[in-house]
Amino acid sequence: MARSCPVPYLGPHMAIIVLKRLAQGLLIVWLTTTLTFFLIHAAPGEPFSGFLDDPRATAEMRDAYRGRYGLDRPVLVQYGRFLASVAAGNLGESFFYRRPVAAVLADTVPRTLLLMGTALVLGFTAGILLGTLQGSRAGGWFDRLSGGVAVLVASLPDFWLAMLVLLFFAGVWPVQGFSDPTLGSTAPFATRALSVVRHLVLPAGTLALLITATVSRYQRAALIDVLPNAWMRTARAKGVARRGLMFRHALRNALLPAITLGGLAIPALLGGAVFIEVTFAWPGMGSLAVQAVGDRDYPLVLAIVLLSSAFVIVGAVAADLAHAAADPRQRHA
Amino acid sequence: MPNAAPGSLVAFADAPPAPLAPWAPGRLAGLFRRDPPAAVAAITLAVIALAALLAPWLTPYDPTQPLDMAAGAQPPSAAHWLGTDLASRDLLSRLLFGARVSLGISVVAVAVATIVGTAWGAVAGYAGGWIDRVLMHVVDAGLAIPRILLLLGIVALWGTLSTTSLVLLLGLTGWFGASRLVRAEVRATRERDFAIAARASGASPSRVLVRHVLPHAMTPMLVAATLGVGQVVIVEAGLAFLGYGVAPPAASWGGLIGDGRDALGTAWWISVFPGIALSATILAINVLGDRLRAALGAHQLHAP
Amino acid sequence: MTMPGRPGAGEPLLRVHDLRTYFHIGGAVARAVDGVSFDIRAGETVGMVGESGCGKSVTALSLLRLVDPPGRIEAGSRIEFEGRDLLSLDEEGIRRIRGNRIAMVFQEPMTALNPVFTIGDQVAEVARVHARASRRAAWERAVEMLNLVGIPDPRERAKSYPHQLSGGMRQRVLIAMALVMNPSLLIADEPTTALDVTIQAQILELLADLQQRLGLAVLLITHDLGVVAEVTSRVLVMYGGQIVERAPVRELFRDPRHPYTRGLLEAMPRLGRQRDRLAVIPGTVPPPTHWPTGCRFRDRCAFAWPRCANEPPPEYPVSADHAARCHLVDEPARAGAVAAVDHTS
Repeated sequence: MARSCPVPYLGPHMAIIVLKRLAQGLLIVWLTTTLTFFLIHAAPGEPFSGFLDDPRATAEMRDAYRGRYGLDRPVLVQYGRFLASVAAGNLGESFFYRRPVAAVLADTVPRTLLLMGTALVLGFTAGILLGTLQGSRAGGWFDRLSGGVAVLVASLPDFWLAMLVLLFFAGVWPVQGFSDPTLGSTAPFATRALSVVRHLVLPAGTLALLITATVSRYQRAALIDVLPNAWMRTARAKGVARRGLMFRHALRNALLPAITLGGLAIPALLGGAVFIEVTFAWPGMGSLAVQAVGDRDYPLVLAIVLLSSAFVIVGAVAADLAHAAADPRQRHA
Repeated sequence: MPNAAPGSLVAFADAPPAPLAPWAPGRLAGLFRRDPPAAVAAITLAVIALAALLAPWLTPYDPTQPLDMAAGAQPPSAAHWLGTDLASRDLLSRLLFGARVSLGISVVAVAVATIVGTAWGAVAGYAGGWIDRVLMHVVDAGLAIPRILLLLGIVALWGTLSTTSLVLLLGLTGWFGASRLVRAEVRATRERDFAIAARASGASPSRVLVRHVLPHAMTPMLVAATLGVGQVVIVEAGLAFLGYGVAPPAASWGGLIGDGRDALGTAWWISVFPGIALSATILAINVLGDRLRAALGAHQLHAP
Repeated sequence: MTMPGRPGAGEPLLRVHDLRTYFHIGGAVARAVDGVSFDIRAGETVGMVGESGCGKSVTALSLLRLVDPPGRIEAGSRIEFEGRDLLSLDEEGIRRIRGNRIAMVFQEPMTALNPVFTIGDQVAEVARVHARASRRAAWERAVEMLNLVGIPDPRERAKSYPHQLSGGMRQRVLIAMALVMNPSLLIADEPTTALDVTIQAQILELLADLQQRLGLAVLLITHDLGVVAEVTSRVLVMYGGQIVERAPVRELFRDPRHPYTRGLLEAMPRLGRQRDRLAVIPGTVPPPTHWPTGCRFRDRCAFAWPRCANEPPPEYPVSADHAARCHLVDEPARAGAVAAVDHTS
């Protein structure tokens, strides 16, 4: 149906939606920043006391901190300066690595995106297909069997499932790390890429499995909601076959809730990614965050929290745009 | 009400609120009779809760007492049904006490979250206008931050958390969803006849809210609380798994799983059994929450 | 199975014999359609009239086997179309008839179109499904049909979405969709009920015009006798899951023989008549799970006598093409002093 899936009409109505979302995003980043700032100050003892007394901190770093956070100034002034530095993109310096936080993150962020992106695509595709199949023959044996399994899998804690996968596949398939450590940088790109893909399979697969389980439950419900509509009867009365009814007419409408769900699920996904990364030793943002917590590397941890919130907003905007692309009613309202 | 006696309008404002009580014993019992999975889930949860409560009397060994350090971790046997952990402590006992920790923390945290969320959502839903918008923006912000990362951030800043702090933090990071549900219900109920009548007869806004509107929010609150417990259990387990749960030697299930992480190949039981317990609990909670939502009238839950 | 094809002269296009569609709910059986028989010839417009709950919509759905469980077409029913037994076809077989040889238009134009596809796509889909037309050919056909039903600027309009169209326009689109494959029979279930009166008139005119031009047979289902008078040549009056009177339209208005038909005609508000109150038929339609014994209309009938309770009336012939399911035809004296009122004005 080429004419039904045109490039989305991104007219004034859509522009307003996107702008609103971005404004909301800025608000959220601001709220998050404020929240973390006051959490710093609410910590027992003097802010950063743990750091300031830490023998690893050099004198320059301490001075930089005092300057940046204005620790001897009134709280509100400190707040203003903190905001200003965040707005300027200065996320501070990592205690542990002694490099700007941005530099430390630069390597890990793409790896997390690779993991999450793969898991999202696989998980949503499988989840939507499964949910649609279940909903089209609701109450049948396939629905009940696969539905039960889905509920079970969705209830498993992600870190534990990851451990089970680890247990099962250790020795049979790469279960740790990003790629084969024996491959030097002189190895051909294809070999290195293949190694990364092999290491990606299990962590992304585990995450995708969890996503499939949850998405399929929602998709099933969405499909069942869509089936009683009058236009379904029209389609049936004009002779559309069962497959067309389900996968073209019904699914196209039932996708809309799935897209919304996708946008809402990103915070949970980021959380899940943390555990997956830690268990499979995938060197992304999540394992970095956990390691930084252990190292009491506050700037790094806080930066990751802020960055995650930003991802969430981007995801929400993307979901809005996708929703408008899929639902013509939204484009013209 | 034409020709009503002068005092009767005031009496109306004082009248008992519209009857609801979705948890009235008869109604719940009916639900379980009709719905086997819900009944099984409820029974499972009851058994687990009971085991947690009676743990001190049920455990064969002291959960914190190493028994034979030389032997190390032992696989399941007649003496130790679930084996022992790396510090040679009986796993079954630790599991039972772990139930107390996991469930105890989660229930209290959810109670905190439900109270905060209900209050927030009720005020937002009832007040409407800019108050509503501002309050809901905060909720949106709260929902945008991945919970585990926020908790990790706080742990990084504050060092190890006392159990009380842990419970409070879990509660204070988990109320956003509940506030949305309550707000939706309050908004819908606010426009219904009995609420308008109560307002028209002079009852103050807070009185109308608490006595007349809020009871209708009980259903979404109940469902949100049930599902919320499941979420908190997982989050707390995750934190404990990473090493930031309650202080040793006590341990929640998550902590037990984390304990066994390094010995996964050699002593798989240390991580596997607590995981089974955790999964079973969460499964039961999810099934129960789902069925409750369906049975207590999904039509009552307005889209947040 | 007889050879499918257009019937020869004199053969009815559609033969329905003793159609019974029952709904089995819990322990009860709702006899929504209880022994309905009628024919439709090529090119004629037949009206099916009755209040809600009389079974007319279920009859229409039964013709295309669109009745879902717990509804079921009972054994012993026969539906023959162009010589083929529709009830013995498998799912694929009946699917090929739907939208192709027999098409149906429903009554809620506001919700009957899929909101995420353009109207052009939805009309073209019929050609792609049944004629395996290419995208381009199907689209051309769609534009042609939209033009046929009077949609202005059809080539541009085909790219719009249902929510951008008014109710009347959407109904035209649905009619266009129904006519893509040049069906022999169009079933229109209350096509104008949800529309304004002026739009109603337009749609009816369109239907009449199309019927003439394409030689379509039309089964028009409605509760509105005014509509029936305008467009149909023959009328079937339904009550209680059965046909209670059938006649050519002029004859029905001139000489209604069943008290229910008379009641319907009396109830039509009319200019120029002096009335203090609107005439109504007393009582309400009984539930289809509990049709009264004997004549199903007897509890609401001014003329009922004991025979009506004991003996269900068959369709008594009144003339060559006029029959009524009422004992009054058999015992006209019982009608008493109530004179026939001519309703043709």
